Amino acid sequence: MIWAKEETMSRAEIEEIQLKRLKETVNRVYEKVGPYREKMDQAGVAPSDIKTLKDLSKLPFVTKQDMRDNYPFGLFAVPKEELVRIHASSGTTGKPTVVGYTEKDLEMWTECVSRIAAMGGATEKDVAQICFGYGMFTGALGLHFGLENMGAAIVPSSTGNSEKQIMYMKDFGTTLLVATPSYALRLGEVAKEMGLDPKKDLNVKIGLVGSELLTEAMRGEMHKLWGEDMLVTSNYGMSELMGPGVSGECDKLCGMHINEDYFIPEIINPKTGEVLPPGEKGELVITCIYKEALPLIRYRTKDITRLIYEPCKCGRTTVRMENLSGRTDDMLKIRGVNVFPSQIEEVLLGIEEIGPHYEIIVTRKNHSDILEIRVELVKPVDVYRELEALEKKIKHKLRIVLGLDAKIRLESPNTLKRFEGKAQRVKDLRKEV
Amino acid sequence: MFIKQLSVFIENQEGRLEQVLEVLKQEQINIISLSLADTSEYGLLRLITSDPVAGQAALKKQGFSAMLTDVLAVRLAHQVGRLQEILSFVCKAGLNVEYMYALSNKEGDASIICKISNGDEAAVLLKSKEVELYSQEDILRIFC
Repeated sequence: MIWAKEETMSRAEIEEIQLKRLKETVNRVYEKVGPYREKMDQAGVAPSDIKTLKDLSKLPFVTKQDMRDNYPFGLFAVPKEELVRIHASSGTTGKPTVVGYTEKDLEMWTECVSRIAAMGGATEKDVAQICFGYGMFTGALGLHFGLENMGAAIVPSSTGNSEKQIMYMKDFGTTLLVATPSYALRLGEVAKEMGLDPKKDLNVKIGLVGSELLTEAMRGEMHKLWGEDMLVTSNYGMSELMGPGVSGECDKLCGMHINEDYFIPEIINPKTGEVLPPGEKGELVITCIYKEALPLIRYRTKDITRLIYEPCKCGRTTVRMENLSGRTDDMLKIRGVNVFPSQIEEVLLGIEEIGPHYEIIVTRKNHSDILEIRVELVKPVDVYRELEALEKKIKHKLRIVLGLDAKIRLESPNTLKRFEGKAQRVKDLRKEV
Repeated sequence: MFIKQLSVFIENQEGRLEQVLEVLKQEQINIISLSLADTSEYGLLRLITSDPVAGQAALKKQGFSAMLTDVLAVRLAHQVGRLQEILSFVCKAGLNVEYMYALSNKEGDASIICKISNGDEAAVLLKSKEVELYSQEDILRIFC
């Protein structure tokens, strides 16, 4: 089901709305937000210079560092009195980034999430269990209000206490699961440990997964555990931009539709900052054109993707962003080779003898980087020869994809850490030496 | 003809072996024989026990990778050259011994556990040479 008529507008109509809203937003931030005015003055660009959508590239970028420098409310375009909600990022890498919402911002957020939930197959008949951590994190409340707005029944079970989560699923007849891909896998495992087969004994038919990238291999693992007929879609957002709801996949599974009447996407070369032509892969930059409290302009997401402008078979005309290939942040440089953890994941998940959980450890010894990967052996073996052959097979497949040799550490099932929120599967210990 | 061996994958880490033994103790499972080689990264613990099926279930529940394997338990006279003689049958038939370890025996003669490349063929062959093989029931009766 297509939730809003804005999702099927012609390109000309979309662009007309975008230009109008972009001009309004740029005018407003120039007037109300000191740091923006300074940045624009420094770049020698005035609000009146924005005459077409192409002029967007004249505006300076905003980064997470700008948000930290102006902690907590320095980039806000409304007085604090007008805020009705404040969220913050976890701040694992420094001061948290703070985001605020006016009443109108919350309405827009809810609308955006309802759209992506509808894309992922949700309807008012669903019982939606939200297994994202509630709190300062935007994921849980974002999905909560968007799905509630559709008329779905919300089970706000948050994260943790996985056995109870499975009990709710069974007893309440949960049909829709909201979680990170890794927690969705964990929940499936817990159900099995409890003697239930998620495919038969539970009725979860829709998975709206986010906050972590969903590789195709991971989607395959989800189907293996939860059933082939489950519709697993990924959706995208970040608290700086609003939270979940920036974009989401429809049932055609060919990229995530961006809510273009609210956000303008660009793809840039992360090194030079230059805008790349449509279809090229690079860093995603997003401009918020309808937000009141925190309308970030040209925010550098650090996510790597490409944009697809052809209309989708589902009937929507909004631009799609390909499922993420990784984050510029996550990229590891190992012995001079660029490695995205998602590449390693794709390889590992394609090997049936090992489970879907893994840990990547990078260390340095004698001025050389060492890539070590811990995996769980799920298919029991009885002879050393098979263990050696398995190690060789994993190494070989990784070598083909990465061009690097990795050390493989086979371990017993259930020894690696399981995650309820964002999985942290990479340990780069080189900096600490 | 065959008996069930319990094979457990263990990381070469302090306390891992002891954890396996702890699980078996909790289940009141008696260990009749075992084999473990020294390797740097991980090991395969092979066990002949009083209840391999229950042992596997308990270990799996505790997160161990454990499986049951059919192996031959061969009874042999405690005398010079007997093991060599039995192996000569195996070798002449073109079969390979994958691994082998000794089994304690209260009856005064010797016995071994062995996994041979083609188990069915090996069992038929040894029987035709009048080599005695223990059954699962024999193991329980004689060794526990």
